[in-house]
Amino acid sequence: MNAAVMPMRVRSLTTSADTRLLAPEPLDHQPHCAVYGGLPQIDGERLVAAVEHAGLSGQGGAAFPTHRKMTAVREAARRSGRRPVVVANGSEGEPASAKDKALLWFAPHLVLDGVALAAAAVGAQRAFLAVEAGHGLGRYLAEVGRQRPTAGPAGSVAAWSAPVTVVEVPSRFLSGQESALVSFLDGGPALPRFQVRPVFERGVRGGPTLVQNVETLAHLALIARHGPAWYRSGAGTSLFTVRYADGSPTVVEAALGTSLAQLTGAGAAAGQAVLVGGYHGTWLPLASGARPGAGSDASWGAGCRANSGAGSGTRDAVTPDTAISAESLGVPLGAGLLALLPHDRCGLIETASILRYLTLESAGQCGPCLNGLPRMAAAFAELAHPTSGSDIGRLHADLSRWAGLITGRGACRHPDGSARLARSALATFAAEVQAHSYGRCSAPIRPPMLPTAPQASVPNEGP
Amino acid sequence: MADQSTTTPPSASTTTTTHRRPQRAAVDWTACQAHGGCADLLPELITPDEWGYPVIRDRPVPDEARRRARKAVSECPALALMLRR
Repeated sequence: MNAAVMPMRVRSLTTSADTRLLAPEPLDHQPHCAVYGGLPQIDGERLVAAVEHAGLSGQGGAAFPTHRKMTAVREAARRSGRRPVVVANGSEGEPASAKDKALLWFAPHLVLDGVALAAAAVGAQRAFLAVEAGHGLGRYLAEVGRQRPTAGPAGSVAAWSAPVTVVEVPSRFLSGQESALVSFLDGGPALPRFQVRPVFERGVRGGPTLVQNVETLAHLALIARHGPAWYRSGAGTSLFTVRYADGSPTVVEAALGTSLAQLTGAGAAAGQAVLVGGYHGTWLPLASGARPGAGSDASWGAGCRANSGAGSGTRDAVTPDTAISAESLGVPLGAGLLALLPHDRCGLIETASILRYLTLESAGQCGPCLNGLPRMAAAFAELAHPTSGSDIGRLHADLSRWAGLITGRGACRHPDGSARLARSALATFAAEVQAHSYGRCSAPIRPPMLPTAPQASVPNEGP
Repeated sequence: MADQSTTTPPSASTTTTTHRRPQRAAVDWTACQAHGGCADLLPELITPDEWGYPVIRDRPVPDEARRRARKAVSECPALALMLRR
């Protein structure tokens, strides 16, 4: 495939051709099979067992154990007598995240292998691949799909010949939410639904539905070839979207536990804070030296506003040497976003901008979210630009109370994630809040740097 | 799901609660319009928040509240309240 336009910069920290996710160039089906090997023949139950042994969990943000989802779909199918459906979720509604688009562009056959494997695992006969509209991915993937054989040796995974229907979904933050996606595939709006029964029981057309992020499916395609022990040993890689101080994004493939400095490149792991996960993620303070208690002096970036001291929460600052994993950071990796906030920016202005976006992106269906998010966004906007009459203490108290009120009280986790972001900002940027109350700010007049609109593809700028 | 083979006497209707399985109140948030009837009927379980929406305590419906809970479910104008396991 000759791609005149590559969607974004990518870097793979792994060089092994048959175990990496992101090939340097997209491969047609024959070369793909030559590099990775053909799809192995495994029956559904053994595949689920392999997924369990591998410890694979979802890469879309919720990190749910994949084997449990697959088992639940199999069980629901058995009980109801209905054929399940597989939905590969590549809709990536996070404006700041690009990893799913990168994967779909550079490794579409790995994703489609994963779809075939997942379908075999749950006994599905239909599959959908959801992608965000506006990037040409729909046409690209339909073309890729036509390269694949429509039949294989009887009884093998490759014999799963049902076509994958590629569907372009609206570029909205919630389009990829599980029930919203199912709603859209059923011909309704791409908005979350109240699910009396979970999607794995009653999803597309009311039948058992396995929804998996495209990166999860790509991992599945590698686990099927290299075995669960290979994956469990940590040899598998994860995809991250690193956003630098100048705002430019790079999708990076690296093993879990790789240090921040290795992910960003030497010298680039600098700034006052990092947003981990996505817009439902967590702000963590960033320090340039070793972590406190690691046996060496913690040195703080000059002018660093991020506060990791007592009273701001219990999390240590991230340093360039910090291993990037949920265990090491103490927070979920979410959609794999790592957005660096430089010293000359304001975390409160960024968060206010994101909260405004999240408010506008709410489905507006649920009272607590509908009421709470706009109030939180307005309060944060006031923290970002307080006037002499602003009561910072009251804003703080209101924000904490509202964060509690909107959590767990909606058809989806949009309010929960938004509350997490707001709380982490109050903790990590506590010093900035103080400064603002005295009329000072790190970056009073600059517009926010984190994107709040779908990102267009850019021409290939070279390696 | 009700296991009718073990605890229900043959003469008992399956709609009466002869077996005390714990039930919890739950809300379809996309339907709830903050009418507040559920909070009125079940004050020990449900309190309206500052916008009128129900805050439901994370505990099963106590036995003495079961009848009121079923009433609240059937009287919710938005059909938003439900009782589940």
